[in-house]
Amino acid sequence: MAALVKAAKAEGTLNVIALPNNWANYGAEISTFAHMYGIKVNSEDPSDSSAQEIEAVKSSAGRSSAPDVVDVGQAFADAGVSLFAPYKVQTWNDIPAAQKDPNGTWYNDYGGYVSFGCNLSIVKACPTTWAQLQSPQYKHDVALNGSPVSANAALSAVWAAALNNGGSLGNIKPGITFFKKLQSIGNFNSTDCNAASLIEAGQCPLVINWDYLNVAGAWGLPSSTKWKVVDPDGDSYAAFYDQAISKNAPHPAAARLWEEFLYSTQGQNIWLEGYARPAELQAMVAAGTVNKAAYAKLPAVAHVAAAFPTPAQATAAGSVVSSDWTS
Amino acid sequence: MRFGAWVGVVPFALYVLVFLGLPLYMVIHGALTTDAGHFTFSNFKATFDSPAYRSAFKNSVILSVWTSLVGAVFGVWLAAAVVAGRPGGMLRRIVSSASGVFAYFAGVPLAFAWVATLGAEGVVTVLLKDIGINLYAGSFTISSLLGVGLAYVYFQVPLMVILITPAVEGLRPQWQEAALGLGATKLRYLRHVAVPVLAPSVIGATLILFGNAFSAYATALALVGSTLNIVPAQIDDAINGNVLVNADRLGLALGVEMIIVIVVVMVCYWLVQQRARRWLQ
Repeated sequence: MAALVKAAKAEGTLNVIALPNNWANYGAEISTFAHMYGIKVNSEDPSDSSAQEIEAVKSSAGRSSAPDVVDVGQAFADAGVSLFAPYKVQTWNDIPAAQKDPNGTWYNDYGGYVSFGCNLSIVKACPTTWAQLQSPQYKHDVALNGSPVSANAALSAVWAAALNNGGSLGNIKPGITFFKKLQSIGNFNSTDCNAASLIEAGQCPLVINWDYLNVAGAWGLPSSTKWKVVDPDGDSYAAFYDQAISKNAPHPAAARLWEEFLYSTQGQNIWLEGYARPAELQAMVAAGTVNKAAYAKLPAVAHVAAAFPTPAQATAAGSVVSSDWTS
Repeated sequence: MRFGAWVGVVPFALYVLVFLGLPLYMVIHGALTTDAGHFTFSNFKATFDSPAYRSAFKNSVILSVWTSLVGAVFGVWLAAAVVAGRPGGMLRRIVSSASGVFAYFAGVPLAFAWVATLGAEGVVTVLLKDIGINLYAGSFTISSLLGVGLAYVYFQVPLMVILITPAVEGLRPQWQEAALGLGATKLRYLRHVAVPVLAPSVIGATLILFGNAFSAYATALALVGSTLNIVPAQIDDAINGNVLVNADRLGLALGVEMIIVIVVVMVCYWLVQQRARRWLQ
């Protein structure tokens, strides 16, 4: 580890991509890391999607500005395995087996549950179940963060709806039917709720989004906004993002040190403070190293998600939604 | 002397080559090859087979047609009213300058202005609710194809005014006086003189409006996001999305299809302009 720190400091720079400061508290991760090791972190293109990250790794290979590490959705981690260099962090055994590639090419970093975020000045009561969304009091209210055909958060909302309406991880159709029903009874709001300004303008009364993105702090809402986040009852749907080191990283030692930092107790707790559930959460709770105050602030979950979609299920769901979700 | 004239074009030609020619080549090349580099039509076949892409094209075309027709009608009307006034007068100057600004008032500023006025909690919506008119009682919403189209009309009408004013100005008042002097009624003048003279220009300008609406994306994206099923949204999903993996060549194929539509529109415009030029001489 000492040798790694020395080599990383010698490199002096780290290129990261697609990490907004208010997404799972990445701002604190970056500044703490830079401070601790004196390494300059170039945070490029914070609003890039997973597809754009993979494209950036492919097209800027060989350049000193190429990304060293990526944080991508599961489907993209599975598809981009040939672009990554295997690496197992020191706390590798604390990551559950289902949440990492056995060869070490990718590993879950943080995740969350599908939640409802309610603007209490427009929506009088925040629903606690999926069935309640169909109530006439939510006319024009229910919105998603993006389109299920392009945004992971929105696709997951459809999947969570499917799990609670007779579907399964292998069958997302009931989720599409559920949202089509919401559309026909007039409850669905097709605004793309991806900015706090839309919430403040009253365009997004009820947003279905990841819980770590739905909290007022992540949106950047002013303290005067009456905003509540609820993880609905019933079957919960959770998903984790993946860390991976680029095979052609211009700063390989800094990249590996960054991973060691993210998977240290300090790094994992910083994510927790951003309301995201870090991959090593269960191990940290057992060892007592978890930040108890931050842990208590997480929205309560009815059932801890036990299973995650396989790569085949993810691809299948993507193509089903792409062909069935038409306006 | 002649060689010197060509040298002046070189910087512009280089610019066009790098920023237009090279991306165009990459899009066409990407759409016609597989990941391994073999020539294939499978990307295009996939776009024709998918019902989502077919309805995206249908929606884009419908949206572009009606917004360009509405823009054409109101644009010609406004231009005719303004040209009838004093040349160099206040009204003419204000409308010309305003049209120049509003023709480019699109994208995020337009979308947000739309949300702020006619959104669910918009200023106008709330005002109307207070006097008893509920815009949202039915299924209308600004994030539907209709709502986005209405937002498009905001820049289509000024663009039409800009494009058609020279042609309307070219309609000399002496022709109207001569026609009326020879015993024609206003209606016969319009039917036999004004409309045939203006028709090529109006058709040409409407084609430009069609192309403008067909390729517009920023307004729709800011207002609705890629939930709206139009072709630019599908391209965005395929290339930049977080859900579809390895669909970028499909996006490129859709892009080539859009380019083909615009090329057809431009060729028609050029043919129509050749006709229009005869009258404006």
